[in-house]
Amino acid sequence: MARIKEILPALALITALIATWWGAVIATHSMIFPTPWAVITGTFELLENGTLWRHIGASLLRVGLGFGLAVCVAVPLGLWMGWVAGAYRTLNPIFQILRPISPIAWIPIAILWFGVGDASPIYLIFISSVFPMVVQTTVGVHTIEKRYLRAAENFGVSRRTLFRQVVIPAVLPQVIVGMRIGLGVAWLVVVAAEMIALHSGLGYMIMDSRNAGNRYDLVIAGMIIIGLIGLSLDTTMRILEGTKWARWRYAH
Amino acid sequence: MRTKIEVRDLKKSFASDKGPLAVVDNVSLTVQEGEFVALVGPSGCGKSTLMSMIAGFLQPDAGSVVIDETLRTRPDSKGILISQQGSVFPWLTVRENLMFGLNGHAPSDKRTVAERYADIVGLKGFEDSYPHELSGGMLKRTELARALAVKPDILYMDEPFSALDALMSLRLRNELLQILAKERHTTLLITHDVEEAIHLADRIVVLSPRPTRVQTIFPVPFGHPRKVAGREAQELRVRILSELGVDREEIG
Repeated sequence: MARIKEILPALALITALIATWWGAVIATHSMIFPTPWAVITGTFELLENGTLWRHIGASLLRVGLGFGLAVCVAVPLGLWMGWVAGAYRTLNPIFQILRPISPIAWIPIAILWFGVGDASPIYLIFISSVFPMVVQTTVGVHTIEKRYLRAAENFGVSRRTLFRQVVIPAVLPQVIVGMRIGLGVAWLVVVAAEMIALHSGLGYMIMDSRNAGNRYDLVIAGMIIIGLIGLSLDTTMRILEGTKWARWRYAH
Repeated sequence: MRTKIEVRDLKKSFASDKGPLAVVDNVSLTVQEGEFVALVGPSGCGKSTLMSMIAGFLQPDAGSVVIDETLRTRPDSKGILISQQGSVFPWLTVRENLMFGLNGHAPSDKRTVAERYADIVGLKGFEDSYPHELSGGMLKRTELARALAVKPDILYMDEPFSALDALMSLRLRNELLQILAKERHTTLLITHDVEEAIHLADRIVVLSPRPTRVQTIFPVPFGHPRKVAGREAQELRVRILSELGVDREEIG
């Protein structure tokens, strides 16, 4: 009951927005802009002929590969930069310059290097999600409280134990925060990348629906689906934040 | 009795805005094997810095620390430091914390040792708990058990009970005494609580304000168990407090 009360205002706002949208379309007699109902029927049309699943699958696969690759690179690199001062001093300035470059700016170069196939968006996802994760992991190492490192030093444990039982678990919550940011960026980027030069994916679906007959009902359906999938990806990462590997950080 | 710790002419200063700030000035001190020595001094006098140097975490500017006739250069598991904020790893369970310092044991032995020390400090049944699920007193017990488990020759305790309430602090002091009666560790305790020092120590070293030196040494000629409220103990307390600059009238 309390939960329902909590989401009630949001629900009311969404309903009001849809009603306004619907009313506006009717009042202006728009020939192109669809009503909410048209968006729903359009979505069912896509579900029935199977194209929606194909596009969702393609987008998720690209994000999975690009993001997975970024995790594999960013976490060890971030740990190294956090632990070894020389590595940090050498690499950090370069990363700080590369990080603010919008992934969209990389598109021409991605096409030049990787062509118009799947490799381009995967590269773009990689380049956009790797930096936030490197930064978060490095910050994670730098913010390990000295008293814990001191205790590890006191007990004279091996390097292996130090990393496995102190450094890695201490950094893990920050890594998960970095992954959440990285995955969010990755999902933003895949749609943008697919709009340029591909034949599958939700981004492509949106551009194609417009180009092939002004199907704005499908454009809006695509946008809403992108939003919902983004939300569920973020929810998944939040669940990860609640696991025992990260929970100690937020306890008390 | 054998000399365990020999501190010779220890000096330390730190850089500050107004040039070097002398913190420890020519401290010499000898601790016998199995002896319990308390260091009391006004807050900010440099007690912790002194302890850090004796435990090997900090290099002195001049002077030396000799333990078992060997020059101390870095910390090791023969002398475990227990500090006020504590350093129980929040991401490990109580059992994993207790097993942390046990190098060179077989895994099953580690478990047995951990369980034994959990039992000694009264943590039985909490082995699988995480630190954030424990009370402050339990947390201190975990820290103490983790230190005792590696069978250190020396315990360095830097205001170990000062974050606890008076009742819990008294309880842990009694438990510490019971453990020490069996395991006879050499113990160095920093405290600002004169009563705690009288309760626990064989000798009380009064330190001067910064830069700190040894001002006076009081032997505590009472056996255990002790009545801190007794007349002789109270007289000693008044003498120590007046040595620390507290007037007789203020003590009451």
